[in-house]
Amino acid sequence: MANVTTNTEAQRMTFWEKIYLPEIARGLGLTLRQMFRPKFTRQYPEERWEPEGSYRGRPVLVQEEDGERCVACGLCSRVCPALAIEVRAGETTAEKERYPEKFEINMLRCIYCGFCEEVCPEEAIVMSKDYELVFGSQEEGILGKEKLLIPVGQLQERLEFLRQWR
Amino acid sequence: MDTLLDFGIVVAKGGVLVNAMLIAAAYMVLAERKIAAWIQNRIGPNRVGPWGLFQSFADVFKLYLKEDIVPAAADYKFHALAPVISIAVAITVYAVIPWSDVFTLGGKEYTLTMAPDMNVALLVVLAMTSVGVYGVALAGWSSNNKYSLMGGLRSSAQMISYELSMGLSVVGVLMITGSLNLMEIIRWQTTGGWTVFYQPFAFIIFLVTALAETNRAPFDLPEAEPELVGGYHTEYSGMKFGLLYLAEYANMLASSAIMATLFLGGWDIVPFLDDAAVLGLEPNSIPMVLLGHGAFVGKSLLLVFVFIWIRWSLPRFRYDQLMNLGWKILLPLSLANIAITGTVMLFLNR
Repeated sequence: MANVTTNTEAQRMTFWEKIYLPEIARGLGLTLRQMFRPKFTRQYPEERWEPEGSYRGRPVLVQEEDGERCVACGLCSRVCPALAIEVRAGETTAEKERYPEKFEINMLRCIYCGFCEEVCPEEAIVMSKDYELVFGSQEEGILGKEKLLIPVGQLQERLEFLRQWR
Repeated sequence: MDTLLDFGIVVAKGGVLVNAMLIAAAYMVLAERKIAAWIQNRIGPNRVGPWGLFQSFADVFKLYLKEDIVPAAADYKFHALAPVISIAVAITVYAVIPWSDVFTLGGKEYTLTMAPDMNVALLVVLAMTSVGVYGVALAGWSSNNKYSLMGGLRSSAQMISYELSMGLSVVGVLMITGSLNLMEIIRWQTTGGWTVFYQPFAFIIFLVTALAETNRAPFDLPEAEPELVGGYHTEYSGMKFGLLYLAEYANMLASSAIMATLFLGGWDIVPFLDDAAVLGLEPNSIPMVLLGHGAFVGKSLLLVFVFIWIRWSLPRFRYDQLMNLGWKILLPLSLANIAITGTVMLFLNR
């Protein structure tokens, strides 16, 4: 770079750029134009964002009319990198012999990776669209079956997305 | 009896002026936030009252309710005194701002200005803006915090550098109008045309120096938040911080009003025209004076908008660039402006 003699900013600028004022006026014109452009703001509590089917929100268990799909195989618990899922299996006399006696997801640990959903052989645990998670205490952050089970009707979009793309 | 009445009028004017100024400053904070939001394609505060119009009051109430923290090593007396100096100086300037022309009521002359026809009004303004730096420097020093001190020092250096150019840029206007009395300067402009047409360079220099004097971006080095945390008001909280903040906005409005007076014809509505004759009103009747007052306030607020607009468009100067601009560019330019004005006036024999 030894033969480059004119490379400082001051040397590259034209006379009009050097006296600043026209360039400042240009900059001010830009900001003035921005003032009249449409706003990006979403007025949150009133206008809510509706995520697409591809969105990975809070993981939930799918509930059919005759009970949950989960067979308590424990794969999700195994694959979970954050060790957020705890499953304890129970047995019944019904056709589908196993069911989860206890199914807890610690939402303070969950990293929304979606591995549980990916590994599940029964399509029983899926990522929902729920992104509004608020807890009053650490204990409240551990969601049990009563909060995890969501009727299958509400999860159609995600299930279709999984069938198409997984 | 008459003296008592006059005294009462002055006191009333003072009361109205102080309150109007504080409310205006509070609303300028809201205006700043709104305009910043619009420039950044956002909506801005809109939760407190219609279009967020009560946000200013919410902010002030919050500041009142906040705990007033004084650092253990700070000099309490000066720490408490600094915001008072800042706001007091800011208010003082408002006394001489010529808000309106003189109107006659019951055979007596009145005006909205608190100290009308003061023959050194412009000097008072320049003196008061320089005293304003004491508040900032004292706030920085008494906090016993290195960032605050740096902010205070920068502010002093900046004020000294830019005050010269500011004073010299005004000289051109003084040469043309031939008076230090702000009302006389406006009266000259109502007939002779606004000084901005004769002194465009002086106007630009004054605008730039006014930005520096009020510590506004791109010259807001005393409170450069990436370098100095909060600058001179790092160690302030509660209403003391509020006072420093309001003083900054009050100074901004004062500078805008002075610019409207010196360069934009004050209460003159249309340049080069006899407004009263065009509108068919008596020159010093109350409606005419009120219209002129509206024009003055409108011009001032327009300049306040320019201040805010510049803040959200331009990045902050580096410290050496600031000094270079002040001493090597603005000072010679303002001196040249005086020389050229003088020469032209000599040739035109005025």
